[in-house]
Amino acid sequence: MKSDITIKLERCKGCGICAAFCPKKVLAVDELGKIQVVNGEACIACGQCELRCPDYAIFVDKKEAAK
Amino acid sequence: MERSYEKYFRQNRLPHLWCPGCGNGIVMKAIVQAIEKEGLNQDNTVIVSGIGCSSRASGYMDFDTLHTAHGRAIPFATGVKLANPELNVIVITGDGDCTAIGGNHFIHGCRRNVDLTVVLFDNNIYGMTGGQASPMTPTGKKATTAPYGSVDRPFNACDLAGAAGATYVARSTAFHVKHLTDMISGGIRNKGFSFIEAVVQCPTAYGRKNKMGSPADMLAWMRDNAVMKAAWDKMPEEQKTSEKFPIGVFLDSSYEDYGNAYEGLIQRIGGKKS
Amino acid sequence: MSKARLMQGNEACAEGAIAAGVRFFAGYPITPSTEIAETMAKLLPQYGGKFIQMEDEIGSMGAILGASLAGLKSMDATSGPGFSLKQELIGYAACAEIPCVLVNVQRVGPSTGQPTAPSQADVMQVRWGTHGDHPMIALAPWSVRETYDATVMAVNYSERFRTPVILLMDEIIGHLREKVELPDSVEVYERRKPKKTRAEGYEPYEPDEDLVPNVADFGKGYHIHVTGLLHDATGFPVGSPKVTEESIRRLHEKIARAGDEIIHTEEYFMEDAEYAVVAFGGTARTAYEAVRNAREAGKKVGLLRLMTIWPFADKVIEQLAAKVKGILVAELNYGQVVHEVRRAAQGKCLVELCGKYNMKSFEPKEIEAAIDEMCARRDA
Repeated sequence: MKSDITIKLERCKGCGICAAFCPKKVLAVDELGKIQVVNGEACIACGQCELRCPDYAIFVDKKEAAK
Repeated sequence: MERSYEKYFRQNRLPHLWCPGCGNGIVMKAIVQAIEKEGLNQDNTVIVSGIGCSSRASGYMDFDTLHTAHGRAIPFATGVKLANPELNVIVITGDGDCTAIGGNHFIHGCRRNVDLTVVLFDNNIYGMTGGQASPMTPTGKKATTAPYGSVDRPFNACDLAGAAGATYVARSTAFHVKHLTDMISGGIRNKGFSFIEAVVQCPTAYGRKNKMGSPADMLAWMRDNAVMKAAWDKMPEEQKTSEKFPIGVFLDSSYEDYGNAYEGLIQRIGGKKS
Repeated sequence: MSKARLMQGNEACAEGAIAAGVRFFAGYPITPSTEIAETMAKLLPQYGGKFIQMEDEIGSMGAILGASLAGLKSMDATSGPGFSLKQELIGYAACAEIPCVLVNVQRVGPSTGQPTAPSQADVMQVRWGTHGDHPMIALAPWSVRETYDATVMAVNYSERFRTPVILLMDEIIGHLREKVELPDSVEVYERRKPKKTRAEGYEPYEPDEDLVPNVADFGKGYHIHVTGLLHDATGFPVGSPKVTEESIRRLHEKIARAGDEIIHTEEYFMEDAEYAVVAFGGTARTAYEAVRNAREAGKKVGLLRLMTIWPFADKVIEQLAAKVKGILVAELNYGQVVHEVRRAAQGKCLVELCGKYNMKSFEPKEIEAAIDEMCARRDA
C-alpha cells in the first residue's frame, strides 16, 4: 500500500462520492451503508476521495518512505 | 492523519445533519480552509447565517456564531461588523434565504459595500422545507411547488451582486473544491462586500425531483458544465447552452467599505474615538 | 446659565439613549418617529457611535441585534407599520436574549392609517405581536422629561434582563415640545460579563441567580452560538420537551421575578377617591387635567397613571378596584388597556372605557363627561 487510508465511520453517511471519484476503485459502500476499503493496494493517494467527502469521514496520506 | 482545519469545527457537534451526499459539507470545509489560508484569528471571526439547510453550518463552526432569522443574516452581520470593525464577518446563506426573503438586504449590503464575505450555498431549491422552488431554480426544473417545471425566470445572483455594488464576486462549485476555496479566500482578502456563489448538490430534493442521479452524478454534472471564466469569455454563444455556466472571479474591484467611510465621518466631525 | 432647553419628546428620547450608553442605532424613516433617527444620526458619531439607515424596518431590527451581540448598546425607533414588520425579530431578541430597545411612537392604524395623528392602539401588539410565548417590558412616558428618563430606564432594563424593551410613546409625546432640564449624568447599567472561562466550563445561557444569563459579547474568545431555535444553557438547539419548557419558563420568570421593581405607576388625587381614571402616555396629561377639574367641582375622583404598561400592574389595579366604586380607562383606541384593567380588577368594581380613535387627542371635558356618566350609572 502506498497510502494510509483513515475512515471515521461515525461520520460516514455512505453517499458514495468518494468511491465514485476514486480513479483506482479502491473504495465501496458496504451493506451497512458505510464506506470501506476494498482494494487498498491500488490506492495512489491522489486524495480525490478526501477532497469531496461532504462528511470529513475519509483521509488519505501518502506513506512515508522511511516506514 | 489529523487535519489542521478540524480545529475550526465543533467536534462534539459532528456529524452534521445534512443528508448523505449533500454538498453543504464540502462548502463548509472550503470556508474553514479559506479562513485558515487567510490566517484569520478564530477568536475574532464571526460566522453569521440565515435559516435553511446551508445556514445550519454556523452551529458546526468553532467561532462566535450567529444563526439568525430567515433572510436576515446580512442585516445582523452588518450590525456585528459596524459595532466591532475588528471582527472578520463571514455570512453563510442559501439561494432562498439570500435572494428571496433576504433579497432586499442582499442588494443593499452590496450597495453599502459593508466588509462582509457572503457565501451563498446554491442548491437551487428550498431543502429544509422539503424541496420547494427558489428564485434560483432554473426555468423548467421541478420542485414540489413547481410540479410541472418552474415557470419563473431565475436570478443570476452573481450578476445581481455585481450590479448592486459588491466589490468582489465569484462562483465555484462543490466539485471544484480547491478552486472554491480560492474563490472564498479572495473574498476574505477583499475589504468590502464579497459575494461567492457555491453551487452545491441537493440529491434529496432537487436531484431526485429532476432525475439527476446520485450525489456523485450531480458533482459530475458540475464538472461537465462549469466553464472557467477565461474559457467562457472565449466560448462561442451557441455553445453556451442552458446547462453551461461560468465559474471564477467575475469582479474584483475596490471601493471604500461602509465601516471605513463611517470611521472617516467620525474623525471628520471630531467625534470621540469609538 | 440655565441648562433648560426647549425639546421635543423624540429628541429627548435620543438624548436619553446617548446618556444611557447607546452607541448603535439602525433605523428607517417613518412618521411620527423619524426625529429620533435624525437626532441619533447627528449625535452618535459625535460620541464615536454609529448610525445606519437600513433598507427597511426588518433590516434595521436585524442590525441592532447584530450590533448588540458585538457589544454595543443598541436601539431602533419606528411607528405602527414598521413596528408590525419588526415583530419576528422582537421574538428573536426575546428568545436569544439580546439586549435592545425599540421605540414605537404610535400613530393611528390599522395599516397606513393616519400617519401623523396620535393613537395608543399598539398596546396589545407590543405585548403579543411576535409569535409564541415571550415576556415583554414596555414603558410609556407622559412628558418630554420623562421620555428622557424612560429611555435610560429602557436601555438599563434591556441590558439587565437581556431582553427587548419597548418604549411605547405616542405622537402626542413624540412631537410635544417642553422646557426640560436634563441631568448631568444618569445611572447606567453595564452589561454583565461571563463569570467563567471556557476552560472552566462556561455556558453562555447558564442563568445567574436572577435567571438572566451572562452571554459573552462576540470577539471575546468564547465561541458562543446564538440562535432563535430554543436552546439549552450551551446555546445550542435541543429538540426536547424538557428544554423547551424550561427555556420558555425561564424567559418569563426572569421578568416576573423583578415585576414589582419594574412596574412604575403614579397616583394623583387618590387619597379619598371614590372613582379613578386609569391612563398612560399623552392621554394621562389630559386625564390629569380632567381629574383636577373634577376635584375642583367637588367630585371624589383620582388618577392612576401607568408608566410601565408591560408587565401589567395587576396588583396595583386589584388594590385600586378594592378601594373605589368605579374605574374609567381613558385611552386613544377602541379599547385595549381596559381589558387588562377589567381582568386585574376581578369584578371588584365597575370598569368602563373612555376610548377615542378619530385622530384627535382627548380634551379634558370629554374625560370629565365620561367620569360623570360612570358615576351616575354606578350610583343609580
